[in-house]
Amino acid sequence: MSEPSERHVQVNGRRCRVWEKGEGEPLGFLGGLRGLPRWPRVLDRLAEHRRVIAPSLPGQPGATGFEELDDLADWVTATLDLLEASGLDGADLIGASVGATLAAEVAAFSRASVRRLVLIAPFGLFDEREPVKDLWAMRPDELPALLSTRPAELAAFLSPPAGADALEWSILMARASEAAARLLWPLGDLGLRKRLHRVQAPTLVVWGAEDRLLPPSYAKKFATALGGWVEVREIADAGHLAELDQPDAVAAAILGFLT
Amino acid sequence: MKLLWFHLMPYTDLPDDFKQKHNSVWVDIDSRLFDPRKAHVLYNEFMDELEHAAEVGFHGICVNEHHSNAYGLMPSPNLIAASLARRTRDAAIVVMGNSLALYNPPTRVAEEMAMIDCISGGRLVAGFPVGTPMDTCYAYSQNPSQLRQRYHEAHDLILRAWQDPDPFTWNGRFHKLRYVNVWPRPLQKPHPPVWIPGGGSIETWRWCAERDYVYSYLSYFGYKNGEATMRGFWDEMKRLGKDPNPYRAGFLQFVGVAETREEALALYREPAEYFYGRCLHLDPRYALAPGYSSEATQRARVRSAVADAAARSGGGASGQATDFEAIVDQGYVIVGSPDEVAEKLRSVASNLNVGHLMLLLQFGNMNRQLTQYNTELFAKRVLPQLEHLFDDRWEDRWWPRPLPPAETVQPRELRG
Repeated sequence: MSEPSERHVQVNGRRCRVWEKGEGEPLGFLGGLRGLPRWPRVLDRLAEHRRVIAPSLPGQPGATGFEELDDLADWVTATLDLLEASGLDGADLIGASVGATLAAEVAAFSRASVRRLVLIAPFGLFDEREPVKDLWAMRPDELPALLSTRPAELAAFLSPPAGADALEWSILMARASEAAARLLWPLGDLGLRKRLHRVQAPTLVVWGAEDRLLPPSYAKKFATALGGWVEVREIADAGHLAELDQPDAVAAAILGFLT
Repeated sequence: MKLLWFHLMPYTDLPDDFKQKHNSVWVDIDSRLFDPRKAHVLYNEFMDELEHAAEVGFHGICVNEHHSNAYGLMPSPNLIAASLARRTRDAAIVVMGNSLALYNPPTRVAEEMAMIDCISGGRLVAGFPVGTPMDTCYAYSQNPSQLRQRYHEAHDLILRAWQDPDPFTWNGRFHKLRYVNVWPRPLQKPHPPVWIPGGGSIETWRWCAERDYVYSYLSYFGYKNGEATMRGFWDEMKRLGKDPNPYRAGFLQFVGVAETREEALALYREPAEYFYGRCLHLDPRYALAPGYSSEATQRARVRSAVADAAARSGGGASGQATDFEAIVDQGYVIVGSPDEVAEKLRSVASNLNVGHLMLLLQFGNMNRQLTQYNTELFAKRVLPQLEHLFDDRWEDRWWPRPLPPAETVQPRELRG
């Protein structure tokens, strides 16, 4: 697994890291709860066929500036700026978890910004009959099993790289968690339900069958509310972070949808 | 030195098996354990206790704000303070305080505190805590990443609302108000003294220094555990060129006084074990909202007072003491004869350099008789030994400036 190339773009006056790998048509990726502390296998699989561009959202590893984003309009503006600066305007776009929430929001607010859309377990809806679990009221030792069917691999993915300062790394991870909370606290429901009909981009909704944070039944709620062509793929033996638990299966589903 | 009587207003009937059968005392506390008939008795007894403390000579009485919490029955300390303002004469009324980010618009706090200041004849201390994660982020669902930004904006708005003589427009980041014109106005000018209850965050210390506010460290773990925090505070004051005036600081301490040490050990065991065993049965899940602790605080490896309590509540090597011997040994509660307690508190106040000593003389399930005994014994035989500490060197510039007695009025007698 070779490393991606790295560059930086300016969003809201702050530097955001952009990782890139592969050749061909650009394919954007907006990361999930901790962003991308490492280049993950799923993006390697995708980069065998496409030019994968993964910009860091404000607050995720590689990017700051989330403290200035106060409401949804600020976040959508920052995400649109980030996509344009990264060369992803009008490209196919994948989002995971919190990244999927923003991918769906920009597709609703700015239809021309997204060609085809892949949403992996997005936050954004809240059904009190089967509520989203409270991600932010968990003990640290409960989190891996809440998020993943392969907790040990998740722990390794999130662990500090060789030579990194452990305290600074923990602050980096806490910052990504705070940024997600800043957007989604307390329920993750930002009114997306009222906008999903505006998403006209063909959309693939991917959900881990073992997602213990956001019930897999939410896939259908999204599919029903989205405005364009929708496919749903449930990934076996995968939790909320399906793209980390089953990178090959998720990559295959995405490439199948986009080809 | 000022000696203040602080009430948390704990619910006193949590069952013996509370810790085994219930998840925590806070946020998800079981409402089936709450008996409003019992609360009728408790509220009235607790307010009696605060009024009694003022009568017997404590310099101030303190109330504070908690939500969904069985050891703190004051979601609105202002309601209690308003009642105390009518039923006390000289004591400072220390509202410790209103968690500013929870009020929308925050001018509500400016209004209510101005009312209390007017009713009490200028005896209010305005406490402005950020609030714990349990109270603010979980019980009130405030966004932890915005909590401090909202807190600071609310503070700026309230201070201006108290001082600007003309209506003004507030175009803030979180609040847009076309007309700000607080009416009534606080009696104390330019505004009531501001005290900041805080954990050990460096930013809070710096901010208190910059604004010339009192910093109050409210921990349940006593003078031994508080020493490092208070030393950090004074080191920072020195670094910032501030004088070591002990009245810049407040500190909370549990105390149980009796005629002899043996009697004190016998009397205060049960309420202390009730408090540290049941009232501090916390769930660490509600103690660490993402963004609640700033990155600078994370770097300094400082844990907030409640996160500390929650971590201790979780048990293990760092588990908190819940048996009385350890509670006393670790200094959570100071017990002894009046002279022993006075000597200990004198050394605590001198070592920590604290001019505002806030005393919890009712704690846990302590009943009204024992509370009264503790309070009276302290007032008669401990307080006189301590109140002149610091008199020779320092002035308390952070104490309320009430109206002269000739200008104050008292409530009419209750009849019928």
